[in-house]
Amino acid sequence: MEFISILSIFVLACFVGYFVVWSVTPALHTPLMAVTNAISSVIIVGALIASAAAGSATSKWLGLAAVALASVNIFGGFAVTARMLAMYKKKDRPAAGK
Amino acid sequence: MEQVVANPWAMLAYLVAGVCFILALRGLSSPVSSRRGNRFGMFGMTLAVGTTLVTHQIASLPEIAVAILIGGAFGLVTARKIAMTAMPQLVAAFHSLVGLAAVLVAVAAYLNPTAFGIAEPGGAIHQVSRIEMGLGIAIGAITFSGSVIAFLKLNGNMSGKPIMLPGRHVINLGTLALILGLIAYFLADEAPWVFFTITGLSFLIGFLLIIPIGGADMPVVVSMLNSYSGWAAAAMGFTLHNTAMIITGALVGSSGAILSYIMCAAMNRSFISVIAGGFGGDSGAAAGGGQAIDRPWKRGSAEDAAFLMSQAEQVIIVPGYGMAVAQAQHALREMADQLKAQGVTVKYAIHPVAGRMPGHMNVLLAEANVPYDEVFELEDINSEFAQTDVAFVIGANDVTNPAAKTDKSSPIYGMPVLDVEKAKTVLFVKRSMGGVGYAGVDNEVFYRDNTMMLLADAKKMVEEIVKALGH
Repeated sequence: MEFISILSIFVLACFVGYFVVWSVTPALHTPLMAVTNAISSVIIVGALIASAAAGSATSKWLGLAAVALASVNIFGGFAVTARMLAMYKKKDRPAAGK
Repeated sequence: MEQVVANPWAMLAYLVAGVCFILALRGLSSPVSSRRGNRFGMFGMTLAVGTTLVTHQIASLPEIAVAILIGGAFGLVTARKIAMTAMPQLVAAFHSLVGLAAVLVAVAAYLNPTAFGIAEPGGAIHQVSRIEMGLGIAIGAITFSGSVIAFLKLNGNMSGKPIMLPGRHVINLGTLALILGLIAYFLADEAPWVFFTITGLSFLIGFLLIIPIGGADMPVVVSMLNSYSGWAAAAMGFTLHNTAMIITGALVGSSGAILSYIMCAAMNRSFISVIAGGFGGDSGAAAGGGQAIDRPWKRGSAEDAAFLMSQAEQVIIVPGYGMAVAQAQHALREMADQLKAQGVTVKYAIHPVAGRMPGHMNVLLAEANVPYDEVFELEDINSEFAQTDVAFVIGANDVTNPAAKTDKSSPIYGMPVLDVEKAKTVLFVKRSMGGVGYAGVDNEVFYRDNTMMLLADAKKMVEEIVKALGH
């Protein structure tokens, strides 16, 4: 891909992020941090490429370590977000949303 | 392992994953849609990982599976066991992992560039990729070491007080300039020493940047590191030409930046002054204590508080970090239930910087089963204090200090505060009269005629009030 097309995606995504995040209700700012944490672990894609590639043993082991770290974040991040979100309830509907 | 981006289907799949992440954040606009949003996020992640596994010749699948299994199990157990009050630490720890993973990936890419499609076999790394890699590893390393310090401070392994090195601004700016210079030099010379010096210096600057920042400014720091972890992912996305990573990085980066901005605005401080650090340090310990004892104030008992609140029409509860420390949220909800049973309207007022991270108080109240439609943000409830019988302040201090509105010499002047003093009676739960808030300023509210101080551990006090209400 051309550098400029990647840059375009990046810049537009920044704008999308800007508007989407402003619409997040302040009550959910902690879950927001937890879920952004989980999704930024998409860096696991790079880790997988590194650990799959032949050619450099060091590179492979670094990749595997990164896969493990990112997995902690992915599973932990989504799980803790789900746990928090399950707690937000409206009045008089104690079992809602479970 | 030919080319990373050759397959158009893979590119499409990464794009879909990116869109799923956008929807995950969009869902958080309301608690009702948030759970669906989270599922979008999980789906997007599965798609991104699956696509990578399918489109690359994976020789080491068993090892990868073991790595995911170990990491995933550890993450799940932690997520399930962690106490809600420890959420700020957990988030800081998670940030550090993203940072470290970014560093490892960047080093792996540096050692084996052909696998990432950023160099011809046997040739040099592409120029653009060098810049991206340099930035990626620098941001990743800063995220890692900064988050580790933030974690240690939030977890209490390290004093929450700012640690000030002499000449730290010069050291920090010099180190930053050196890192940028080396990244530029990396263009001309891809020698290992350049790459690893950038890495080392970035670890150092992350550490130096966070140690002078005090506990009360942690909401900004945690948001800022959140932002960095996003930019690190975006930089790696540039290196790998991966849409999912770029979109995610941009989303997370802007999310953290906006949260930092909201936190700074809620304290009426500039981002630069927060990052420069030192707020609420030694000045506070010396100034506050002495004069606080001299002025008259009223002390109340749990029975007095119970009586006042049961007679009230409306009670507004103002929680702060002290509530989190004392784990008083469950007792507090019991108290509110009792009051509601006696016909009192109970609401909660949350200041944006109450606690140690954005939304900290909301999560704790939600944990204690407080319905979210009883919980209000500062600007939505502040006008109601004047028509309220009792404001019940528990573990909050600076965010209720009227000096922020009137006293130009106060360090917190201009910060939006909750107008608790306008309520007919203020009940102020606090451990002792001696301590002052993080800003190190005395609170006028303590000495007002309509204030009654309830000096005790927050949880014990609330439990006693619950008992007294039962009579």
